[in-house]
Amino acid sequence: MHLGVSESMRECEYSQISTRSSTPMETPYKKRAPKKRKWRSFPGRNKFYCNGRIMMAKQTGVFYLTLVLILVTCGLFFTFDCRFLAVELTPAIPVIGGVLFLFVLGTLLRTSFSDPGVLPRASPDEAADLERQIDVANGSTGYRPPPRTKEVVINGQTVKLKYCFTCKIFRPPRASHCSLCDNCVERFDHHCPWVGNCVGRRNYRFFYMFILSLSFLTIFIFAFVITHIILRSHQNGFLTVLKDSPARYPFTEVVVCFFSVWSIVGLSGFHTYLISSNQTTNEDIKGSWSSKRGKDNHNPYSYGNIFTNCCAALCGPLPPSLIDRRGFIQSDTPQLAPPTNGITMYGATQSQQSHMISSAECRTYQSPARGGRR
Amino acid sequence: MAETHSLQDLQQPAVSSKVFVQRDYGSGTTCRFQTKFPSELDSRLDKQQFEETIQTLNNLYAEAEKLGGKSYLEGCLACLTAYTIFLCMETHYEKMLKKIARFIKDQNEKIYAPRGLLLTDPIERGLRVVEITIFEDRSVGSGR
Repeated sequence: MHLGVSESMRECEYSQISTRSSTPMETPYKKRAPKKRKWRSFPGRNKFYCNGRIMMAKQTGVFYLTLVLILVTCGLFFTFDCRFLAVELTPAIPVIGGVLFLFVLGTLLRTSFSDPGVLPRASPDEAADLERQIDVANGSTGYRPPPRTKEVVINGQTVKLKYCFTCKIFRPPRASHCSLCDNCVERFDHHCPWVGNCVGRRNYRFFYMFILSLSFLTIFIFAFVITHIILRSHQNGFLTVLKDSPARYPFTEVVVCFFSVWSIVGLSGFHTYLISSNQTTNEDIKGSWSSKRGKDNHNPYSYGNIFTNCCAALCGPLPPSLIDRRGFIQSDTPQLAPPTNGITMYGATQSQQSHMISSAECRTYQSPARGGRR
Repeated sequence: MAETHSLQDLQQPAVSSKVFVQRDYGSGTTCRFQTKFPSELDSRLDKQQFEETIQTLNNLYAEAEKLGGKSYLEGCLACLTAYTIFLCMETHYEKMLKKIARFIKDQNEKIYAPRGLLLTDPIERGLRVVEITIFEDRSVGSGR
């Protein structure tokens, strides 16, 4: 970090604003303050692990239950059924089972640990500016103003944008505020306790791949456990099989898989429908684009055909995280100096400098730490 | 430069106000900013220059979010490698964000800073606004 003083003396054309320098007063100040990462003061109700790389909701108990169910069922399958089936039928069974299992686990962890598309809360200046605009629009009256909405026309459909009182922003279309995580999430689908996280724009595809592969895995295990029992019964008789099996293990698997098949396969089917019509669970439940609401009511986000909708949802570009979890907090937040008073100039300029430095620093800091932007 | 600079001159001028250019949701959820010229910038900046900056920004973001053969290929390749490929290479979106950051820095140096303005990269504000900081006009200063 070079001293900005000499720079501003040399290049007087734009010495008013220096886009990449610091004053000598800045450097000793920054060295003294210990650097904290931004996730430590994140305003939402989230838990962070691995120094900000992993982000989950506050209640994670059900997520651990999901993990245990998957691991135990697959563990039993590989230990007992595969040994028999690999010999009797084909060794491809444990291989396919293994691949499915790894895929399920990978997508589950990816869904649970990534940022669903949280929108950072408005900075104080932004919030003040919005309030001013709303006051001007409403006309300053003494009593409490009505709920704030803004209407916008998207592809011929009128969409209402609501003002979020917690995040102090007008929510973009399709965004919603999750009351459990206390965050506004882009393209909010739902909050899933089974994965311990919200499902939104950035992790919807992983969530879908998780439930799809889990459906295949449960059907796979269900089918082969039944096959195993049948084959053994042909060899030894059904009652002997019951007696021989340690702690009736096949039946644990059968029971778990039976209930899972109905719920997970159903859920996969539902989400396949949502993807092909480019809707979120939130919109579908509220009936936002249903023709019952109005004659011309239609989904403005749909691309018109199922193939494009699916490609857009599953293979489209993955946007980076908008919350800078692993960046460092700057010592001051940029504040507006009062217009006439020059006394507070130092405070404002120092914070403005630190803000400008943070732009450069955060950008360069982010590129090596790619995990933080996922 | 043989000028003497007082301590006051070495400090940055005070922030007089901030203008926020909001998102334009007319074409859906894609990232676009409104090209309407804010009245507070009337005295400092050309309307055309402002519109050009915002339009270029909009085009860059549109390219980042574009759906097409290239983005599908990237998505499928990533899925096949279980997303481990992003440990070695950047996503197209990230590359575009870097390009946008360079563009903004360039605009600041060439156009905005000489007029006492500063553009903030929208990614610093969660892609909600383009924040333009207006600095006080310094009569005693090393600039114009």
